[in-house]
Amino acid sequence: MLARRLTYRKREALLGWAMASPWIVGFLGFTLGPMLASLALSAFEWDLISPAKFIGFGNYREFFVDDPLSLHSLRITLAYALMAIPLHLVLGIILAMLLNTNIKGQSLIRTVYYLPAVLAGVAVAMLWRWIFSPDFGLLNLFLSYIGVEGPNWLGNRTWVLPSFVLMSLWGVGGGMVIYLAGLQGIPTELYEAVEMDGATALRKMWHITLPMLSPVIFFQLIMGVISSMQIFTQAFIMTDGGPANASLFYMLYLYRQAFEYRNMGYASVLAWILFLCILLLTLFVFRSASAWVYYEAETQEA
Amino acid sequence: MTMHSEPAPSAAPPRLLGKRNRATLHNVLAYWILGWGSLFILSPLAWMLSTSLKTRSQIFRFPPEWIPEQFLWRNYLEALTLLPFDIFFMNTVFITGLSVLGELTSSAVVAFSFARLRWKFRNALFMVALATMMLPRQVTLIPTFILFTRVFGWKDTYYPLIIPSFFAVPFFVFLLRQFYMTLPFDLDDAATIDGCSRLGVFWRIILPLAKPAVAAVAIFSFQFHWNDFFYPLIYLFDKDKFTLALGLRFFQGNYGTDWHYLMAASLIVMLPVILVFFFAQRIFIQGVVYHGFK
Repeated sequence: MLARRLTYRKREALLGWAMASPWIVGFLGFTLGPMLASLALSAFEWDLISPAKFIGFGNYREFFVDDPLSLHSLRITLAYALMAIPLHLVLGIILAMLLNTNIKGQSLIRTVYYLPAVLAGVAVAMLWRWIFSPDFGLLNLFLSYIGVEGPNWLGNRTWVLPSFVLMSLWGVGGGMVIYLAGLQGIPTELYEAVEMDGATALRKMWHITLPMLSPVIFFQLIMGVISSMQIFTQAFIMTDGGPANASLFYMLYLYRQAFEYRNMGYASVLAWILFLCILLLTLFVFRSASAWVYYEAETQEA
Repeated sequence: MTMHSEPAPSAAPPRLLGKRNRATLHNVLAYWILGWGSLFILSPLAWMLSTSLKTRSQIFRFPPEWIPEQFLWRNYLEALTLLPFDIFFMNTVFITGLSVLGELTSSAVVAFSFARLRWKFRNALFMVALATMMLPRQVTLIPTFILFTRVFGWKDTYYPLIIPSFFAVPFFVFLLRQFYMTLPFDLDDAATIDGCSRLGVFWRIILPLAKPAVAAVAIFSFQFHWNDFFYPLIYLFDKDKFTLALGLRFFQGNYGTDWHYLMAASLIVMLPVILVFFFAQRIFIQGVVYHGFK
């Protein structure tokens, strides 16, 4: 009897390993292995043609000291993230709060707002390149309706990053949908309780809505960091880094180093530094979380 | 506005803003903002359609007309025949189809193991899988590129775009596992007592019940691979092997100011995703919401 149970357990474990094996193999072969290889590669100079040359920390030195574009592209990307992430957060929440009332056509409006969030890639980049066109584009047409002469958005060093931010806001519905679901999950008793105390709308928002929404905000912040650090297609299609490298996003620069200049070692350094930046930013959000993210379960236990 | 002609707050002398009035004011404000927002959301698509139906000279006219005098539907035919878009389309369908299939099957199987089978290191490995969700793909990009092109000799083939899909996607494993976990374990026990094997439990009971989650994963996967530009860009060189995304970029290079053609072609490329979105909207939104919470 005991022996049979054991074999049953063993068979289950065996099946467990077998069924998990696609991921395990993939993790070792396509994630862990390449990560280590990339770390090793970062100590070499290699163009895939002539034999690889060991240069130690040479590539890192290149990144921090000799190459003016590496840190520049990192700054550009961070500047973009710093504009885009808070705007997405604030606008997403405001829209969700407006929608989270018994207004008619809620699901229709939600559909409309969510639609652009599923569109991505070259086609969208093409569309926005046309919208930003200085003389015949949609944006400057709208501006002309209110008597403003719009700039050459993508051709202007000051306006090119805000242009990308504006374009990304087209997909604000993606976050909105998530915030809306979060708002709908807040129990109405909470509001009723403070309404008895005569709380104002502002206080309700500050003491109930935002704390209850904070886990969702937290998650969205992290996703925002990860995705905005990896912008590529838009920049590649719409400006190719220009004008004068003003939109040289980090991934675009990495792509050039790896696949245009064939600097495999240096590109590995770029990849690792991007990874570390994302990690640091994520950790920062995580560490700050205890100060502002409210988890219901925690306080109930305490 | 006549829309809001609700009965006025009854008898009592009107205070500055009664509760009812405040609600109405909120609604008016909400409609006003959401309405302008909808305009911002929809106008690019309308503009795209409008441009795609114009002649070349109509495009470069200021101020432009929203509705062209004549709808030039043949722009679409011309745009699509300037380059072999039919081939690009078939290539994209092929790559996307196999990738979705691979990601779906492998992730569903792996998720079952993590959710319902007991084995050593299971939880530890699941944590590792979760951690890799945060990993940007760039860290593995260059070595995998070298592995695929130099070691395996897969340059200019579809293998690097398809084969990795069969090794499960952590995010999908996570989504499916969470869904499997919500199904009662009594189901497994009952089926096992009736003589169903573990695999049978997976195939006959869990998977059919997990249809909503599987559908969400299928849609996410489709959306990603259909729109993907980066991987085809680094792995494919022969024009006959191009995907729609690559074709569109090539198109831009050759007909960069023929906006009517560019918009027509772009709209066609977007269309499948838009269609899937409209038909599977609920699954889409539920899936997104679900992942937004964890």
